[in-house]
Amino acid sequence: MAVMTYREALNLALREEMHRDPRVFLIGEEIGLYDGAYKVTQGLLKEFGERRVVDTPICESGFTGVAVGAAMLGLRPVVEMMTFNFSILALDQIVNSAAKLYYMSGGQYSVPMVIRGPGGPAHQLAAQHSQSMEVYFYHVPGLKVVRPSTPRDAKGLLKSAIRDDNPVIFIEAETLYGIKGEVPDDPEFTIPLGKAEIRREGTDVTVFAYMGMMYRALEVAEELAKEGISCEVVDPRTLRPMDIETMIGSVRKTHRAVVVEAGAGFAGMGSEIAAFVTENAFDDLDAPVERITGANAPMPYAKNLEQAKTPSKEKIIATIRRVCSA
Amino acid sequence: MPRRVLDPQFVIEHLSILDSDGNLDTALEPDIAPADLKRLYRAMLLGRRLDERMVRLQRQGRIGTFAPIKGQEASQMGSVFTLRPTDWMVPSFRETAAMIYRGWPIEKVLLLFAGSLEGGRPAPDQHDLPITVPVATQLPHAVGLAYAAQYREDNVVVMAYFGDGATSEGDFHEALNFAGVWHVPIVFVCQNNQWAISVPIKKQTHSRTLAQKALAYGFPGIQVDGNDVLAVYAASREAVERARAGEGPTLIECVTYRLGVHTTADDPTKYRSEEEVKAWEQKDPLTRFNAYLQKKNLLEEGLEEQIDAEIAAAVQRFEAMAAADPLTIFDHVYAELPPHLRAQKEELRERLEKDVERRADEELPPPLPMRGQRKTSRWQN
Ligand SMILES: Cc1ncc(C[n+]2csc(CCOP(=O)(O)OP(=O)(O)O)c2C)c(N)n1
Ligand SMILES: [Mg+2]
Repeated sequence: MAVMTYREALNLALREEMHRDPRVFLIGEEIGLYDGAYKVTQGLLKEFGERRVVDTPICESGFTGVAVGAAMLGLRPVVEMMTFNFSILALDQIVNSAAKLYYMSGGQYSVPMVIRGPGGPAHQLAAQHSQSMEVYFYHVPGLKVVRPSTPRDAKGLLKSAIRDDNPVIFIEAETLYGIKGEVPDDPEFTIPLGKAEIRREGTDVTVFAYMGMMYRALEVAEELAKEGISCEVVDPRTLRPMDIETMIGSVRKTHRAVVVEAGAGFAGMGSEIAAFVTENAFDDLDAPVERITGANAPMPYAKNLEQAKTPSKEKIIATIRRVCSA
Repeated sequence: MPRRVLDPQFVIEHLSILDSDGNLDTALEPDIAPADLKRLYRAMLLGRRLDERMVRLQRQGRIGTFAPIKGQEASQMGSVFTLRPTDWMVPSFRETAAMIYRGWPIEKVLLLFAGSLEGGRPAPDQHDLPITVPVATQLPHAVGLAYAAQYREDNVVVMAYFGDGATSEGDFHEALNFAGVWHVPIVFVCQNNQWAISVPIKKQTHSRTLAQKALAYGFPGIQVDGNDVLAVYAASREAVERARAGEGPTLIECVTYRLGVHTTADDPTKYRSEEEVKAWEQKDPLTRFNAYLQKKNLLEEGLEEQIDAEIAAAVQRFEAMAAADPLTIFDHVYAELPPHLRAQKEELRERLEKDVERRADEELPPPLPMRGQRKTSRWQN
């Protein structure tokens, strides 16, 4: 087991999978000579050459579409979005092509590709650069959607995503690239898609959260433990398909559920989790499911405004207290 | 330091070999074996007859909406005819004749337009993509195939089809840009049929030609008389050979005309004149090719009847096929069946089985009153 950053874990996953399977190639803007806007592809051009680490013109729709075509011919492209905010330019290729061509070809051409890059709020990246883009994708049948919160998950889930025969949306986070954690060295280590992880066990309330909000939830759990409130923190990791069994199992145990999400709320992950908890575990609930989300407004640029828009520790604590006193 | 003209100077050629009056430029006439000329004509005629039959089938409600090809047979067949079976054909949504030539059985095409996914499934050894509806979206895929072919060192060429309207889409420009930068083995075939639904080419672009758009991306473009199958064939063969020899992409603009409706849901009399259609009917690609073959004594007796019989037999086979199984709606969504879809499939299976049981004992519960028919207390007063 080595200790490495989230960025290094992603880089290692790419390198290992490229060694393992000659069909895997990387494509995107600034990923070769420049080593990637966030240095996730560092050194890979040197190691694998231009055929397998392809710097492209600036055209998200174009290179995503090219990757779809290459995937249909049996390659396994890993597309980098410089940030997921720009994937909106490729939305047609992702939704109408990547997610549909296996279906539209009656099962003849699968589209084994990964689209990865950072998304969600970061530090003062402002309105067009801070969006929780997963909401645009997990609605779409045919796509899988992953949000890996730790270096270990980053490696294990990215490897599974590359080996998966479906298009996988893999959204990292600018704010997590530098965090460190233990990561297995074994090149055969993977984490299956569609499995949630209980980050902290507890008995009074289940807190669902991923990425930055997962870490915030863990801090909150630590503080609330001092007051005698025992939080179970559950990280879905794969948003589509979602590990409903583990998630419902936790609620059946704690009888209370809270979702913390960094995005803008309305019709977000919290809505979906609240809905299926209600459908599957209504009789087990001792309190209504509550959501703590970002404000339903664009992300401001100014630091103090950015903080005000994002779910704060105080708000999470207050909500959990309320839910637990119900 | 005066202004100067850069080298190379960009030129766009227009190629026409056999015109609508039957004049033939023998110097440019491509060398096509008599058997191939016959096959080519047969495929064009089959395209035309099937198209007409499909419009009738649609009007009778036996298949759904589709995009007819009438008038574009030469553009499609002259180009696709230059491919090897191992090359890739990437259609838009109006390439029925080309698809049949590539090996799609007629009944499968009918099945596709009757709404069955099975009809859209290429055979495993068939190097064709399924049709796509978002305009120009298939062009980056075609470049991706060409890149992958180069990557795998497959000796294949990709031929991608699209219309005049598609040249306004971003995906068209992004695909051509990639193709130019990567120098991949691809031939872009634009069927400029003068209309994108109700939008005429004049409102689509201010460019003199569509072919010239290739020049911006660093590879040749050529405009051909798209109703002249010999010209389309000659330009396509040259482009395919160039691509195969590693000399990069080509854009071919086939100037043609959609003689029929945009799709069976369209009424073109709303936006174009009868005179315009009449004028283009004079340039029918089949008429002039027929005359050309007649001179060469290559026309087969009874070909039309033979083709009609082939179509009729295929229609019969198509109509004998069972309706699609509702449980297949969950197929091919993912490479495997994820838990949430397995659950939905089970639920649907149970519901369908209950329906069958109910129908069997014929004791349907009385239907619930419709809103408005209900005798609520308010209405009873
Ligand atoms: C992205 C997109 N926008 C709009 C449409 C609706 N649409 C279908 S066909 C068509 C016209 C296409 O014209 P052209 O490219 O000339 O092809 P043609 O139909 O003439 O063969 C339009 C606008 C679509 N299918 N996809
Ligand atoms: Mg058109």
